[in-house]
Amino acid sequence: MTLPPLPDSAITVGAHAADWRQAVELAGEALARSGATEQGYGHRMIQVIEEFGAYIVIAPGLALAHARPGPDVNSDGLAVVTLDEPVVFGHPHNDPVSVVLGLAVSTPEAHVTSVAELANVFNDPEAIPALAAASSTADVQRILTLSEEEAAR
Amino acid sequence: MKIVAICGVGVGTSGILKVNAERVLDRLGIDADVTASDAAHIDEAAADAQVVLTSPELVDRIGRTNADVIVVHNYFDLEELERKLDEALG
Repeated sequence: MTLPPLPDSAITVGAHAADWRQAVELAGEALARSGATEQGYGHRMIQVIEEFGAYIVIAPGLALAHARPGPDVNSDGLAVVTLDEPVVFGHPHNDPVSVVLGLAVSTPEAHVTSVAELANVFNDPEAIPALAAASSTADVQRILTLSEEEAAR
Repeated sequence: MKIVAICGVGVGTSGILKVNAERVLDRLGIDADVTASDAAHIDEAAADAQVVLTSPELVDRIGRTNADVIVVHNYFDLEELERKLDEALG
């Protein structure tokens, strides 16, 4: 199992977002920048939250933004956005959020193996605070890779 | 035994719940079939399930069901999952 591709172009470190919509839009921009999706995907990720609420805030400080597969998804991809100041999504337990992951999958089946790998990374309770404190793209890559290796041991 | 993990669109968070639930069930020595589903298919997915796993934000979308509904706060906290699954199934 491997994580969806996370090129450096899909990583934004220390960005500022005024609210959760902007934070998700930043993840959408990162996915579009890497070529995984078209621009409109970010808006679709926002619509999922408008429809279902902040359930995508799946752990303290971490949002997993995503939308259904669609024609605006070019390939499976992951984006990581860390925020200079945490924003509130409206989750009853896990707010505020300082790390937003953007996930794009091209087929419904693709998600099962790739999100399993996300579990390997984030089951390590150190991973979210470490990402929130990352100061560079290389830091983010190292945290995700290291956690993955630890999980494999 | 059938367990269903529910999320909004069925392509992200329910997959994480599914893999972590499988890990915990394995640890508890409980044999169960864990599937991932989305909010639009809650009724059919939950119809013959013993346990539904979901987020606090989605609980209200689950209609009448005989299944135990387990609300998970931190999807990556295996201890929370283990405690709640053990309570429901033990």
